[in-house]
Amino acid sequence: MATKTYSAGVKEYRETYWEPDYPIKESDLLACFKITPQPGVSREEAAAAVAAESSTGTWTTVWTDLLTDLDHYKGRAYRIEDVPGDDETFYAFIAYPIDLFEEGSIVNVFTSLVGNVFGFKAVRALRLEDVRFPLHYVMTCSGPPHGIQVERDKMNKYGRPLLGCTIKPKLGLSAKNYGRAVYECLRGGLDFTKDDENVNSQPFLRWRDRFDFVMEAIEKAEVETGERKGHYLNVTAPTPEEMYKRAEYAKEIGAPIIMHDYITAGFCAHQGLSNWCRDNGMLLHIHRAMHAVLDRNPRHGIHFRVLTKILRLMGGDQLHTGTVVGKLEGDRQSTLGWIDLLRKPYVEEDRSRGIFFDQDYGAMPGAFAVASGGIHVWHMPALLSIFGDDAVFQFGGGTLGHPWGNAAGACANRVALEACVQARNEGRELEKEGKEILTTAAKHSPELKAAMDTWKEIKFEFDVVDKLDTAHR
Amino acid sequence: MSEMQDYNSKLSDPASRRFETFSYLPEMTDEQIRKQVEYIVKQGWNPAVEHTEPENSFDHYWYMWKLPMFGETDVDTILKEAELCHKAHPGHHVRLVGYDNYKQSQGTAMVIYRGPIEV
Repeated sequence: MATKTYSAGVKEYRETYWEPDYPIKESDLLACFKITPQPGVSREEAAAAVAAESSTGTWTTVWTDLLTDLDHYKGRAYRIEDVPGDDETFYAFIAYPIDLFEEGSIVNVFTSLVGNVFGFKAVRALRLEDVRFPLHYVMTCSGPPHGIQVERDKMNKYGRPLLGCTIKPKLGLSAKNYGRAVYECLRGGLDFTKDDENVNSQPFLRWRDRFDFVMEAIEKAEVETGERKGHYLNVTAPTPEEMYKRAEYAKEIGAPIIMHDYITAGFCAHQGLSNWCRDNGMLLHIHRAMHAVLDRNPRHGIHFRVLTKILRLMGGDQLHTGTVVGKLEGDRQSTLGWIDLLRKPYVEEDRSRGIFFDQDYGAMPGAFAVASGGIHVWHMPALLSIFGDDAVFQFGGGTLGHPWGNAAGACANRVALEACVQARNEGRELEKEGKEILTTAAKHSPELKAAMDTWKEIKFEFDVVDKLDTAHR
Repeated sequence: MSEMQDYNSKLSDPASRRFETFSYLPEMTDEQIRKQVEYIVKQGWNPAVEHTEPENSFDHYWYMWKLPMFGETDVDTILKEAELCHKAHPGHHVRLVGYDNYKQSQGTAMVIYRGPIEV
């Protein structure tokens, strides 16, 4: 065994952390970064610097490096690729040995991968495009507390997407009026209603009052319709202690589902809550406030497909994914990519969907994709076609904005959904025949007719802000 | 815009009770039901017939009508079993289920005979 001697000073990163011939191990955690290097810094040096700073390296050689086998622990940049349509950036692929990460700790993985390195001077901008979690690591994560199948079984919803609605106005309703809005939606035919993300426990709407009135609304709507209902009770709170207090109370009153904001609340709190949900038979709906701060800039931050993967690993039964259509548009192919990452057991590399690595989830369940934001009945054929059955369509304004009120709005959405499911099952092409399908269904549903008159037919334009990297942006 | 209508749903009105998937559409014609059965068969799901007294319809478990028809792909046979179940229990709800043994869940479920509901 060759011995190394200590030589103080600054070395080029590429001498140690650039290994184009490195044979990737199955157990390695792989990452793809989009790097915008500082002028004058070579691609190899920038890639190696990112590998170093996100694993074992520091800016200068230290004598204690020689007390360990850094060749075993270091991350390695092993491949560099051009970014289609962007000459100033490139993709760097980095392999990290699995030993670098505490088992089952997304907190730990991300403290390394997107820690100090994002402020590092050698790079002008840095974006984490994708991460391949080896199955070895996936097996250490607890994953969704229940997953799609168990949620369907508990809620008795089969053969169709689920329907939800976020109660509006976002802020300002009293607890009792809030419960009224929930009740109207649920009796009209929705499966779920939802607290808005910023509804926590404000002076005008304290959490416990909200939970009580909402639960009465759920119970009455269940008896009235004979169907199972739920409301995502937001337990996002200033401290974990407070979060658990609210979750425990939701359980005590028999609520089937709670919700959490996994980014603003933090990964540590989130993973704890997800474990609690499995232990207590509680479904968990996930909102993603703050995600656009991280994922919208094409050159800097963390791509949403990565945020999707870590949510699945940390746990959640439903995650907001964008709608493709509607007010918060997302690139269709890219969205299809991350909803696969949320729902499927195995996803293959597919650059046309922005997926850089094969991802094997083993036996870990998938979670429902939640499409929410600016959608209404006219979007239903496209939504069903894009998302399939394992999704929750959330019509906020598209329910509450119905001219006859929430119940009629809910009913309109339910009729539209069922008409589209029926048509799809009969082999009809939803996006081509959508107008005819809805118009026919509206003949026996004055609620749907009124909704269609209110929102008018929409045109589908897939011209969006967050695009995949292609040669012609 | 048409005139505002009341949403007429009540605890005291049996017509307000629903049955999950497809229960917000008018009852299907025989031809429409046939197409849904064809869909179940085409997905490779195992068809099954279940029934219940209307007052117990909220329960997860309804009565199985015989066993699920594993591997059955003949639409007429499937429809016949549903009809036999209905004739034996005319006052019950009867639902058709497509069991997906890969997902270990139900691919779909729909009530195709609705029994009289008392309130």
